[in-house]
Amino acid sequence: MDFGYPVLTILILFPLVAACGLFFLRAPQVVRMYTMAVSLIELLLAVPMLSYQHNADFQFVERLDWVHQWGLEYYLGVDGISILMIWLTIAVLPLCVMCSWTYIGKRVKEFHFCLLFMTSAVLGVFCALDLVLFYVFWEAMLIPMYLLIAVWGGDDRKYASLKFFLYTLAGSTLLLAAIVAFRITGGTFAIPELMQIDFSFQFQFWAFLAMALAFAIKVPMFPFHTWLPAAHVQAPSAGSVILAAVLLKMGTYGFLRFCLPLTPAASEYFAPMMIAISIVSIIYGGAIALGQTDIKKLVAYSSVGHMGFVTLGIFLFNLRGVEGALFQMLNHGIVTGAMFMMIGTVYERSHSREIKDNLGLGKYMPAFMFFWGLFALASFGFPGTNGFVGEILVFIGAFQNSTWIGMICVPGALLAAAYMFRVTLKLAWGGPSTASKWKDLNAREWAYLVLPAVFVLYIGLNPGFIFKIVDPSVNKLLDDFDKRKVAHVETVQPMQTAANDILDVLAGKK
Amino acid sequence: MNFDITLVVPELYFLALVLVLMIQSLGDREWKPVVEKWLPFGAGLGLFVTITGYGLHGLMFWDVYKVDMMSQFFKIAIAFGFFVTVINASRQPTLDEGKRADYYMLLGFSTLGLMMLASSVELITVYLALELASYSMYAIIPLRAKNKGAAEAGIKYILFGAVATALALYGLSYIMASQHTTFIAELMTKSWTFADQPMAVIGLSLFLAGMFFKLALFPFHFWCPDVYQGASNETAAFVATLPKMGAIVVLARLAVLLKPGLEITTLLAVLGALSMTFGNLSALAQTDLKRLLGFSSVAHAGYIMVGLVSGTAEGLAAAAFYALAYLIMNLLVFWVISRVAVDGRNLQLKDLNGLYKRAPVLAFSLAIGAFALVGLPPTMGFMGKFFLITSAWDHGYNWLVITLVLNSAIAIYYYLSLFRHAFTEDTTSDSSPAPDNSWFASVGAGLLAAAVLIVGLVPAPLFNFAIAAGKSLIQ
Repeated sequence: MDFGYPVLTILILFPLVAACGLFFLRAPQVVRMYTMAVSLIELLLAVPMLSYQHNADFQFVERLDWVHQWGLEYYLGVDGISILMIWLTIAVLPLCVMCSWTYIGKRVKEFHFCLLFMTSAVLGVFCALDLVLFYVFWEAMLIPMYLLIAVWGGDDRKYASLKFFLYTLAGSTLLLAAIVAFRITGGTFAIPELMQIDFSFQFQFWAFLAMALAFAIKVPMFPFHTWLPAAHVQAPSAGSVILAAVLLKMGTYGFLRFCLPLTPAASEYFAPMMIAISIVSIIYGGAIALGQTDIKKLVAYSSVGHMGFVTLGIFLFNLRGVEGALFQMLNHGIVTGAMFMMIGTVYERSHSREIKDNLGLGKYMPAFMFFWGLFALASFGFPGTNGFVGEILVFIGAFQNSTWIGMICVPGALLAAAYMFRVTLKLAWGGPSTASKWKDLNAREWAYLVLPAVFVLYIGLNPGFIFKIVDPSVNKLLDDFDKRKVAHVETVQPMQTAANDILDVLAGKK
Repeated sequence: MNFDITLVVPELYFLALVLVLMIQSLGDREWKPVVEKWLPFGAGLGLFVTITGYGLHGLMFWDVYKVDMMSQFFKIAIAFGFFVTVINASRQPTLDEGKRADYYMLLGFSTLGLMMLASSVELITVYLALELASYSMYAIIPLRAKNKGAAEAGIKYILFGAVATALALYGLSYIMASQHTTFIAELMTKSWTFADQPMAVIGLSLFLAGMFFKLALFPFHFWCPDVYQGASNETAAFVATLPKMGAIVVLARLAVLLKPGLEITTLLAVLGALSMTFGNLSALAQTDLKRLLGFSSVAHAGYIMVGLVSGTAEGLAAAAFYALAYLIMNLLVFWVISRVAVDGRNLQLKDLNGLYKRAPVLAFSLAIGAFALVGLPPTMGFMGKFFLITSAWDHGYNWLVITLVLNSAIAIYYYLSLFRHAFTEDTTSDSSPAPDNSWFASVGAGLLAAAVLIVGLVPAPLFNFAIAAGKSLIQ
C-alpha cells in the first residue's frame, strides 16, 4: 500500500531528528515532556502500518541505491516476522520515558537522547532488508546502550557496560565477514534475493557459524549469557526494559531472518546442537534464577530461560514451533519489560533490589502486588495469559518433533513457576514487612503498568489476531526452508570438509 | 623531455609557499610578520589549487613523473592534511617564538616531498621524493620547547629512518641489477616469483621495508609510539598522518607487481596480519594517549595491507579510501588532543575524565573519532573497513580478512576507553588547565567530525574517485 511518503524511513528518522532537538532544551522536566511527546508522535506515525496486509510479501518497501559500486542499497521493508517487533519497539518507548520520570536524576537530556537514538537504531534493525544496512543499525545501537548502563547504571556499571559492549561487538565482527562473503558468493546484499540462492553446503557451514555466534551472544544462549545478568542488574530500569524487550529479540530475529532462509542446510545440520543449547539455557536459566536473592538478577536469569524457549521453537522447524517462538518473543518483551519497570518502581521506594529488603508489600501496596502477580503468572505461562500461548505452542512443536525434546522442556516450565512463586510469595507476604511507610502506585505508575497488563490478558485470551499476522510469513519461511534444506550430508561430510578448510588455511593454500 | 607546466601546478604552488616561508625564516631579527596570520589561507588556497588539478593526467620528465587519478587523489588528501595540520599547529604552545617560520617551512617541505612522491613512478624518483619528505621530518620532531623527550624521539626517528632508507637503497640496487629497469611500468611485465628472480624479490622486499618504515608496519614500527610521545601534539598530528599517505601511495603503485599468490604478496599479508594484531594488543596496555594512537596506527597500517594484497583495482581503491579515512580520523582525534592539552603536555587517558562536561563539542567529536577508528557504523572508518574486506574476500587471503574483523574486537577495548573516560567518568582533579572551549576549537572539531560522519553515510562520491584512482593503476 502506498501512502505517498516513506513510512518506514520517517519512522526510523523521526526519533533521531527529534533527539537532536533535545540539545536546545534545558529544564529536565521539559526534556521529559518533550521526549514523551516525541514517543507519542512516533506511535501516531506508526498508524499507517495498521494497513499491513496479511500475506507473506515484504511491505512498505523502500529501495534506493546507496553505493552503486558495491551494490549497497537502502532497502527497507517489513513482513510478518518483523512487524510485531516494530510495534513492540515503538510501544516500549513511551513506557521507558514514563518509568524513568523520577528514576533518572542526572544528565537527563543525554539519557533521553540515548533512548531516542536507540529506538531509531532498533527500528532500523527490524526494517532493514539490506545486509549492510542491517549491520549498520545493529552496531549503531551498541553505543547508546553502553551509555545507558555506563552512565546511569548501578555501582558496578563500569564492569557491566564494558562486558556488554565487548561481548556483543566481538560477536558481530564475524557477522560482518559473513555478510561480505554472502555478497561475493551471492552477488547481492539484498536479503530477499539472497533467499532465492542455493549456496554450497561448505559455504553455509561457515556462514551459519559466523552468524549464529553473533545472534547467540545477543539472545543470549547458554555459554554466552554471562553478560546479560551483569548488564540487567546494573542498567537503570528503562535500560533493562529496552534490553529485555527489544535488544534480545534482535538475536532471535536474526536467526529467523538470516540463518533459516539463507543457510537452510546448515541450519538443519546444526539444529540438534542449537536445540541442545536451547534446552540447556531453559534449564540452566531457571535453576540459577531459583537461587537468586536479587530480584533483578532473578528476572535476568529468567530471561535466559525464556529466550531458550524462543530459540528452541525456531530450531524445531515446524509451524507451531516458529509461531510459538514469535509469540514468546512478543510476550517476553511485554512481560519481562513490565517486570523490570516494576522492579524500578519498588527500587525507588526501597533503594534495594534484594528480596529481603522488599518483603510483605501485599498489605501496603496492593495495586503493585496485583500487577506483579499478573506478570509473574504470565511469565511462567499460566493459562489465560499471553505467556501460556507462547509456551504451549513451543511445547506442541517440541512434542511434534520428538517426545524426548518435549519431555526435557517440562522441568524448565516447572522451574519457571518455582522461582516466580518463590519471589512473589516473599514480596507479597514475607515478613517482617519493610513497606509500611511506602505509598502505593501513583497515577504515572498505573499508566505504564496498565498498558502491558492489558496486552497480557488480550493476547492471552484472543491470540488469533497475531496468528493472522505471522502465519503467512512463517508458512513461507518454512516452505522455503523445506525446499532448500536438503543437504547431502552423507556426501559432503561436513566435519571433514570443515577440518580440511581449516587445514588449508593453516597450510597457506587459501 | 616531455614537460607540461599545468600538470604540476599544485607542486609549484607548494614550492612557492615553502620558498616564501624560507624567506621569512631567513629575514633578520627585527622583521617578524606573524606567520600564523597568513599561512592558513595559503594552505587553504593550496588545497583549492590541488582540487582544481583533479582531472589532470600525463607523464613528465622522461616518464618518471606521472600525474594520474591515483596521484591526484593522494595530492588532495595530502593538501587537505597540510591545511588541517597548519591550522592545528597555529596555536602550538610548545614552539619557540623564533622558530615558527622554520617550523612551517619544514612542514611545507615535507608536504611538497610527499606530493612529489604521489606522482613518482620510477624507483629512484620515489627514493628522492621520499628523502625530501623525510629530512624535514627529522628536523621537526625535536622542535618542542623545553622537552628532552622530543630530542630523544628525534634521534630515534633519524636512526631508524637512516637504517630503513639504507635498506631501501640496497634493495633498489638489487632490483636494478636483476630486472634492468627501475620504471614501475616496465617492472610490471617482469616475473616476480622467487624461483625466477630471487634477487629481485629480495630487493623489492628491502625496498618495501623503506616504505613500511614510513607506514610504521610491524616490524618497522618501533619508532612510532616513541616519536608520537616525544614530539609535540601538533607535530605528532602531522607525523601520524601525512607521511603515511606518501607510503600508501607508493605501496599502491608497487602493488601492481604483487599478484596474489606470489611469495612477496603473502609476506605482505603476513606482515599485515602481524601488524594489526601486535598493534592492537600493545595499544590495550597504553595509558598515554599518543602512545595509544601510535600503536593504533601500527594496527591501521596492517588494515591497509588487506586492500593492497588483493591485486584488484577495487582493492587499491579500498586502500586509498581507507588511507583518506585514516587521515581524517586521526586529524580529528589529534585536533581534540591538541585542544584539550592547551599547555602542550602529553595527555593521559585520565586527563579526558569528564570531558563531556568541560568541552562537550570536543568530547562528542572525540567519540566520533574513536568509533570511526574502531570501524563502527555509520562512520567513514566503517565504510573504509567494509570496502577493504569486500575487495579482499575471495582473492586468496580470506584468513587475512578474518584476522581483520577479529582485530576490531580487540581494538574496541582501547578506543572505548577514550570514550569511557570522556563520557562516563567524572573529573577527578582540577589542577590541569581547562580545555580550549573557544569557537576555533569547537568548529574545527565539529567540521572534522561531520566529515567523518557524512562520508560514512554517503561514501559513494569519494569512493568513485578512489575507484577511478585504482583503475588508473590496474585495468
